[in-house]
Amino acid sequence: MAHDKPRVDAATGTTTTGHEWDGISELNTPLPRWWLWVFYACIVWAVGYWLVYPSWPLVSSYTKGMFGWQSRDAIVADLAGLKVLRGPMTEKLANASLADISGDPSLLEFARAQGKTAFADNCAPCHGAGGAGAKGYPNLNDDDWLWGGKLTDIATTITHGIRSADPDARTGSMPAFGRDNMLPKADIAAAADYVRSLAGLPADKGAQIDKGKQVFADNCAVCHGEDGKGNRELGAPNLTDRIWLYGSDKAVIVEGLTNGRGAVMPNWGGRLDASTVKALAVYVHTFGGGEKE
Amino acid sequence: MHQAQGTNIGTSKRMSVGEGGSAFAFAVLAFLSIVIAAKAHTAEYAFHAYLFAAASVAAVFAVGRLYMDRPATLPPLEIDGKPNYNMGPVKFATVAAMVWGIAGFLIGVIAALELAYPGLNGGLPWISFGRIRPLHTSAVIFAFGGNVLLATSFYVVQRTCQARLVGYVAPWFVILGYNFFIVVAGTGYLLGVTQSKEYAEPEWYADLWLTVVWVVYLLVYLGTIMRRKEPHIYVANWFYLAFILTIAVLHLGNNAAIPVSIFSAKSYIVWSGVQDAMVQWWYGHNAVGFFLTAGFLAIMYYFIPKKAERPVYSYRLSIVHFWALIFLYIWAGPHHLHYTALPDWAQTLGMTFSIILWMPSWGGMINGLMTLSGAWDKLRTDPVLRMMVVSVAFYGMATFEGPLMSVKAVNSLSHYTDWTIGHVHSGALGWVGFVSFGAVYCLVPWLWNKRELYSVKLVNWHFWIATIGIVLYISAMWVSGIMQGLMWRAYTKFGFLEYSFIETVEAMHPFYVVRALGGALFLVGALIMAFNLWMTVNSATVRAEKLALQPAE
Repeated sequence: MAHDKPRVDAATGTTTTGHEWDGISELNTPLPRWWLWVFYACIVWAVGYWLVYPSWPLVSSYTKGMFGWQSRDAIVADLAGLKVLRGPMTEKLANASLADISGDPSLLEFARAQGKTAFADNCAPCHGAGGAGAKGYPNLNDDDWLWGGKLTDIATTITHGIRSADPDARTGSMPAFGRDNMLPKADIAAAADYVRSLAGLPADKGAQIDKGKQVFADNCAVCHGEDGKGNRELGAPNLTDRIWLYGSDKAVIVEGLTNGRGAVMPNWGGRLDASTVKALAVYVHTFGGGEKE
Repeated sequence: MHQAQGTNIGTSKRMSVGEGGSAFAFAVLAFLSIVIAAKAHTAEYAFHAYLFAAASVAAVFAVGRLYMDRPATLPPLEIDGKPNYNMGPVKFATVAAMVWGIAGFLIGVIAALELAYPGLNGGLPWISFGRIRPLHTSAVIFAFGGNVLLATSFYVVQRTCQARLVGYVAPWFVILGYNFFIVVAGTGYLLGVTQSKEYAEPEWYADLWLTVVWVVYLLVYLGTIMRRKEPHIYVANWFYLAFILTIAVLHLGNNAAIPVSIFSAKSYIVWSGVQDAMVQWWYGHNAVGFFLTAGFLAIMYYFIPKKAERPVYSYRLSIVHFWALIFLYIWAGPHHLHYTALPDWAQTLGMTFSIILWMPSWGGMINGLMTLSGAWDKLRTDPVLRMMVVSVAFYGMATFEGPLMSVKAVNSLSHYTDWTIGHVHSGALGWVGFVSFGAVYCLVPWLWNKRELYSVKLVNWHFWIATIGIVLYISAMWVSGIMQGLMWRAYTKFGFLEYSFIETVEAMHPFYVVRALGGALFLVGALIMAFNLWMTVNSATVRAEKLALQPAE
């Protein structure tokens, strides 16, 4: 205990301090030299770093360091470096029209590269990494376009969005025929039967195609056309192909007729710069379904 | 209340101030909680208020029982000139540590699996990753680690001071009160009650409760140290004291919040913007420094020399590295906020002090490892000692990696990636986990007066399974973290980002699976340990030399 005299530890040959607690004593080993020198070296390095870089706070300022380095300058330099890496193409893209891009292979390649990155970061969450879409989010690979598949159409859609807050947004929506009491349930079911027949889908048992044809002519043709081939001005889909945004089951079509449809795409014009929108339009256009001007 | 119970016992028996005072305080708290429960703005808060009420009523009865069951006088400080240690609270915290530990490791494995397979929560909000992640971190750090610290600190302070814990009700209040805080915090996370501060998620009322518990903890600890017979204070106690004091300061600083109403769980932190971020990481980093480092170094300083039966390597090193560590750690927080809105000068200080911290951290490693000089052969035969020595090695590795990652150039790659998770877990599983396991393996036979552990072979199994688990975990996270960082910064030849975020997530999937496997192995090891300890407690082999005379508990 407290009264113990320091003794020499047999295993190490070092004396103890003479204190003991619950059977634990302590050796009087000096600080390991290497430990002490590395500790000093770290302190010296830190002092050097403080001299070079901004470090100690003062009353209303701080020590700026020998070269006045600050992270704001560093990011400006980084962005300038990126500009150099991208070369003159950035400016060329900014000044080019959509038609110019298609005609210049090197500019097209550059725009596609920029579009690929922008698509992955902004569009892929809804349209999928490869643009294949999902229920309610159109597939961008096919040649079926709700609002047009020309470069200018795609650029307009990206810039202003669909049913977004943008005043120039693409508008037009499928009314809720059932919910708003515009059509009785029987008519809705019949219209669904007819719509399925337009796409060449097999008729369900008891399908009332003839009745549906009449309902369609009276209510749907105004947007979707007499032949059901749709109207891009209103974003009314072509109903005669086998491409379905929400699904082709009768129940899904009835649901759409009853509650309407009106999905929203954001207007990217305020979030992405003009060059990025152009690059995105070019990138999406080359997915496979792009239409000529 | 206390007169009612005091009068029907013998005339000479009197209720102590601690008994009467705490019973009264709990009665008031019970009343207050019921009022708050009735007027609470949300069902979650009402649930917590009822929990407080139920716990307070139970506490009143528990204090009454404690009083009824004891003899007329309080337990003596010494019996026949030997300290009359109070080991009941230590036993409770030891058991609680194992229970919470297994729960926390299990939740960690579930969280890891949810990262690998995101649909695993089945759409249930209560077990979504966002809620079980703080449940995991709090369960392992505060519930498991906290109970290990409470148990070992109350054990070590008594043994090294040759003195009984101060207070009769107080030590139990600390242990039970702390575990009640854990229950409130954990149920809060599942119900979505959080103030959204990492490692400080519990809301204001849980924080207030913890403050009371912590102040009593400090007083019990200090009071016991003041009872010591040895003029010097043993190094483990310096570390425990640094841990208790600093955590109190950190807790108050980072939880300075104003509740919307006493009837609402919601509160707002008084700090805002970058100041709030700085206070948060001043807290966050020093929770690592003083909870997970200083506290567990205290464990190392008692249990390694005790188990190796060797003197501590260097008294001088322990003094120098202790003061250097606690002076320097407090500066290092800003390295969590490199390349953010935090001013450059603060980032510089955070980084440089982290580098200077390297050797003071390693002082503990040197003292831990070199204490084995003359006893290295024991590593072959004693897997408990081996576990603690390996923990010190992991400590050394993590405290080298930490300063490395604080260097801005390295941090620009590592920040926000899984590398950080790997770094944390080499410290958490390897250092904190293993040194805790070692200490608990020592404590259980000592506390329950058993000659030895039920099975040394099972300790060996635990050691190897858990070690393989740790290696799988941290190497998976190193690879995935560095890959993630490199993918984020990759540019195409045209100067655009090469990979989208989702592509990096996809690339990390196999490593997430390996990480979950590593965590599962660590959990299996802990289950083996729990079985071994259970069998030890229930074995018939009593120790020849009784640890201490204990009052009936």
